[in-house]
Amino acid sequence: MAMNQKTKLRKFHQARWDEEIIFEMSVKGERGILVPAAESDIVGAIGDGVSAIPAGLRRKTPAALPEVNQMRVNRHYMRLSQETLGTDVNIDISQGTCTMKYSPKVQEHLCARNPGITEVHPLQDPDTLQGILEIYYKFEQFLKEISGLDCFSFQPGGGAHGVFTNASIVRAYHELRGDTKRDEVITTMFSHPCDAAGPMTAGYKVITLMPDENGYASLEALKGALSERTAAIFITNPEDTGIYNPRIEEYVQAAHAVGALCSYDQANANGMLGIARAKEAGFDLCHFNCHKTFATPHACMGPAMGAIGVREELAQFLPVPRVKFDGSKYHLDYHAPNTIGRVRSFYGNAAIAVRGYAWIMQLGADGLREVAEISVLNNNYMEKKLRAIPGVSVWYAEGKRRLEQVRYSWEKLKDATGVGTADVMRRMADYGLQHYWTSHHPWVVPEPFTLEPCESYSKDDIDEYVAVLAQISKEAHENPEFVKNSPYNLPVHKVPAPSIDEPERIAVTWRQYLKKRGKR
Amino acid sequence: MKKKPIAYPYIPNSVPAVKAQMLKEVSARDIMELYKEIPEKLKFKGRMNLPEPILDEYSIRRHVEELLDKNANTTDYNSFLGAGCADHYVPAVCDEINGRGEFLTAYVGDSYADHGKWQALFEYASLMAELLDMDILSCPLYDGMAAAATALRMASRAVGRKKVLVAGNINPDTLSVIRNYLKGIGEPQVAIELVKFDKKSGLLNLADLKAKMTPGIAAVLIENPNYFGLIETQAQQIGKIAKQAGAAYVVSTDPISLGVVAPPAHYGATIACGDLHSLGMHQACGNGQAGFVATFDDMRYVAEFKDLMFGLTETRVEGEYGFGEVLYDRTSYGSREKGKEFTGTSTGLWAITAGVYLSLMGPKGMEEIGQVIMQKLQYAGKLIAQIPGVKVVHAGPSFKEFVLNFDNTGKTVKKINKALLKYKIFGGKDISTEFPEYGQSALYCVTEKKTKGDIDKLVAALKAVTK
Repeated sequence: MAMNQKTKLRKFHQARWDEEIIFEMSVKGERGILVPAAESDIVGAIGDGVSAIPAGLRRKTPAALPEVNQMRVNRHYMRLSQETLGTDVNIDISQGTCTMKYSPKVQEHLCARNPGITEVHPLQDPDTLQGILEIYYKFEQFLKEISGLDCFSFQPGGGAHGVFTNASIVRAYHELRGDTKRDEVITTMFSHPCDAAGPMTAGYKVITLMPDENGYASLEALKGALSERTAAIFITNPEDTGIYNPRIEEYVQAAHAVGALCSYDQANANGMLGIARAKEAGFDLCHFNCHKTFATPHACMGPAMGAIGVREELAQFLPVPRVKFDGSKYHLDYHAPNTIGRVRSFYGNAAIAVRGYAWIMQLGADGLREVAEISVLNNNYMEKKLRAIPGVSVWYAEGKRRLEQVRYSWEKLKDATGVGTADVMRRMADYGLQHYWTSHHPWVVPEPFTLEPCESYSKDDIDEYVAVLAQISKEAHENPEFVKNSPYNLPVHKVPAPSIDEPERIAVTWRQYLKKRGKR
Repeated sequence: MKKKPIAYPYIPNSVPAVKAQMLKEVSARDIMELYKEIPEKLKFKGRMNLPEPILDEYSIRRHVEELLDKNANTTDYNSFLGAGCADHYVPAVCDEINGRGEFLTAYVGDSYADHGKWQALFEYASLMAELLDMDILSCPLYDGMAAAATALRMASRAVGRKKVLVAGNINPDTLSVIRNYLKGIGEPQVAIELVKFDKKSGLLNLADLKAKMTPGIAAVLIENPNYFGLIETQAQQIGKIAKQAGAAYVVSTDPISLGVVAPPAHYGATIACGDLHSLGMHQACGNGQAGFVATFDDMRYVAEFKDLMFGLTETRVEGEYGFGEVLYDRTSYGSREKGKEFTGTSTGLWAITAGVYLSLMGPKGMEEIGQVIMQKLQYAGKLIAQIPGVKVVHAGPSFKEFVLNFDNTGKTVKKINKALLKYKIFGGKDISTEFPEYGQSALYCVTEKKTKGDIDKLVAALKAVTK
C-alpha cells in the first residue's frame, strides 16, 4: 500500500539488521581479498624482502584485525548503508544550514569510475593534467562571477578549513603591513562556530556579538567592539536563522574604518546566487562550501571543498599552487613570496571541483538564479505552514521575510507537553525523515530546530514534511511519553542517559569497549 | 522575445504553475518580494557572466568527459609517482561501498536514522586502532599533513609546552602545512625547530636532536617511513630521547606499511598520525587524502582531540548497540572558540572506505601487501642501480619509495621525466628543488600493482633516456 495521500504519513520502517560489529564476525583463516604476489623472478632475485627491516622495527605480532570473507564484508557494509538515511533516500529538509540538495547522479558517473580523474596523479607533468587544470581555472572564473571577488583557491578541504585559511590570510595581510597589534576577530553568535574557532586556531582572540530583537547584532554593538586591535570580522549573512542583515554594508564600512578586513562566510549562499554578492557589500574575503551550494555530495562529512575567494590585493597570500592560464596552456604556479604556504596536500579535492564545475555548467546564470529564488520560495512556503503547527514559534524579526532557512523553536510545545526538540528530533525519523538539525551550541533560541527546504524539494515533499511535524506535535499533546521514548522504527532504540562521557565508559574503539566493559 | 521557462530537473518547483501557486500561498506577487530585506543597492544588477548552460544530461556528460580525457592517467601510463599519493590497488568492494547513495549523501544525521554511518565510523576507528596498536581515534582529518599539524598542537597542550622539534627530512609540503597551522600573531603559538638529518643515510641526526632537546620541548615529530621512503632505523632511540626530556613522540606513518613495519606504538610513540590514502582510495588527483591521529587511552590526550568521536554504548533494549557523541564539548561545534582548534566537514567517506579496506585485508592481507611492496621496490632498486650514472641514493631499508640520483648522467630530472613520457612512464617526483643537497634526484614509488614487466620497462626506459 502506498503512502496515505490524506494524512501524508508513511508507514516507514528503516532496515534493522541487528548487525554485529565487524570484529564479531571474524573466522580464523578467512580472507576478504588476496594480494598480488611478487613474481618468482622477483622472489628469486630478492628473497622475502622483509628481512631488510631491522629486527627492532619489524612488526612482531600481526594486527588483531578481523578475518572475514568478502561476501560477508560486502554484506556488512551494505547493511550499514541501509541503516543510514542519506539525502538520496529521504526528504532531507532536516539538516538546516547544511543545504542538503540533490547531488546529481551524473556527477558520480563522471567522477567515481572515470580513470580520467580516479587514476590521475596530482604530480603528473602539467601537460598531462590539462583537463583538470582547465576545470580548476574555469571553476575559478565562475566563482569570481558569483561572488564578485577576484581570485579563488580550492585547496581547503571543507568550509571550516576555508574559514581557517581565510583567517591565515588575514594574519599574513596584517603581518606584511607590520601591524602585529591586531589580535582580535569579531563574529556573531548566529554565524557558524567555525567563524569563531577558525580564527582562534590562527591565533586570534574572539569576540562574539549577540543578536538583538532583529535577530542580528546591532551596528552599535559592532562599533563598540571594533578597535585598532580588530584584525577582521567573520560573519554570515543571512545568518543561521535565515535572517538577512540589511545594514551589512555599514558593518563592513565600520570594520574597514578601523583597518580591519571583512570575511564573508557564504555557507548560506544558496538563496543568494545571482541576487547579491560579496563584492557589492564590500567584503574582502569569502568562502563557499561546495558540498552545500554547488551540490557536491556531503559524503558522511567529506571529502569536501571550501572554496576561498579574495580581492586582488589579498591574492598574494593565497595558498600555493594556483592554477594559471597563459593563453594556450594551463599550469601550476608555485611562485608567491607572500603566500601563507599550504593548508593541504597537492591542490585540494580535485574530484569535488569537477562535480561543482559540472553543476554550474548545467545551470548557467539563469539556472543559478532559479536555484536561489526557489530555495527562498520553498522556505517561505514551509515557514507559513509550520507556523500553523501548535507548539512551533519563530524568534526575532517579526513580520520580516527570511531567506533560505529558518531557525524554529519548540519552546511552546515543551512548556505545554514536556516534549522538547530532542524528542521530536528522534521521533521524526520514525516517519522516514532524517533527524533535523537543532542548532549549534549554545542554543540561544530555546528548543531550536533549523530547517532548509532548498530548491531540490517539491511542493509535495514540503507538504509531507510539514505533515510529519504536525503529527508529532499532535502526538506530543496526546501522549508525551510516547514521543519521549522514541524512536521505534529505526535500526536501534533510544540511548538513555547518562551520557557516555565518563572516562570509565568512553569507548570510541572496539578494543576500548571490550576493556571498559570487562570483556577483554 | 521572452525565453520559454525551463523546468529544471533538479528544481521541481521551477514549474510555472507550481511556482505561481506557492507565491500565492505566501502572499507575494513575485519572487523578488521575498528578497525585500536586501537593499536595492546591494542587489546584483544584470545577469551573471557565465557560459550558456548545457542543459541535457547527455551533453554535460560528454562535455566533462571530453575535458577529463585531456588528462593522462596511470592506467595508460606506467607510474612511479608517490609522495603521499601512490597508485595502490583499490578493492572493488571499497568502491562499491563508498558509492552507495546512502553513505554518499548522508551528513550529520544523529545516531538513530544514521546508525549505520556511526557504526561504520566507529569500526574505522576500531580497525585503525588494531593496525596501530593504540586505543583512540577520532573522526578523520583533511589529510596526513593536517593530522601531523594537529598532533603537534595536541602534544603542545597535553604536555604544556610551546615548542616542537620537527625532523628536517619530512615532506616539505607537510612542513608548510605545519608552519601555517602553528603560527600565531607575531609570536608563534607553537614554535618549530628543525632537526638536521644525515645526508648520507637520509635518517635523523641524533646528535643534533640531543642538542636541541631542551626542557621546553613539547614534542618531536618524525615520519616513518620517511619522505625518502626510508625506514627510520633509529626510531626507538629518538623516542627515548624525547621521553627522557618529558616530550611527546609523534610519528607520522604510512598505514599500508604496518603489516610488516612495527607500528609507532611499538617503538615508543605517544601519538601516531598519517594519511589514510593507501587504504582503499584512488589517487583522484589528490582527492583521496584523509588524515588520522591516534593515541593511547590516556585522558590527557583523549581530551585534546579536536574532531568528533563516536562511542559505542547500549540502548534501552537489552543487548542492542547504540552510539553517542563522546566529549562533544571538546569540539568547536560544542564550544566555539573554546573548543580544541576547529572541526568541520573533512573526509568521513574515506574513513569508512579505509575501514572496508582493513576488513577485507585482515591481518594476513596487510602482512602480505607490506611484503610484496618491499620485494618489488628492492627488485626495482637492484636493477636501477646497474644503470650507468643512476644511483640509489640511500643504503638503508626502504618501504614503497626511494630516491634516485641522476647527477652522473648529466641530465636533469625534469628532462628525464619529459623523456620518459614518450615511453608512457611517469617518472618519480623531482625533489631537486626541495632537497638541493641531493642534486638532480627524484623520489620513485613502487606499489603492489607494479609487475616485473612494469619495472623492467622502467629500467629499459631509464637506460635509454639517461644515455
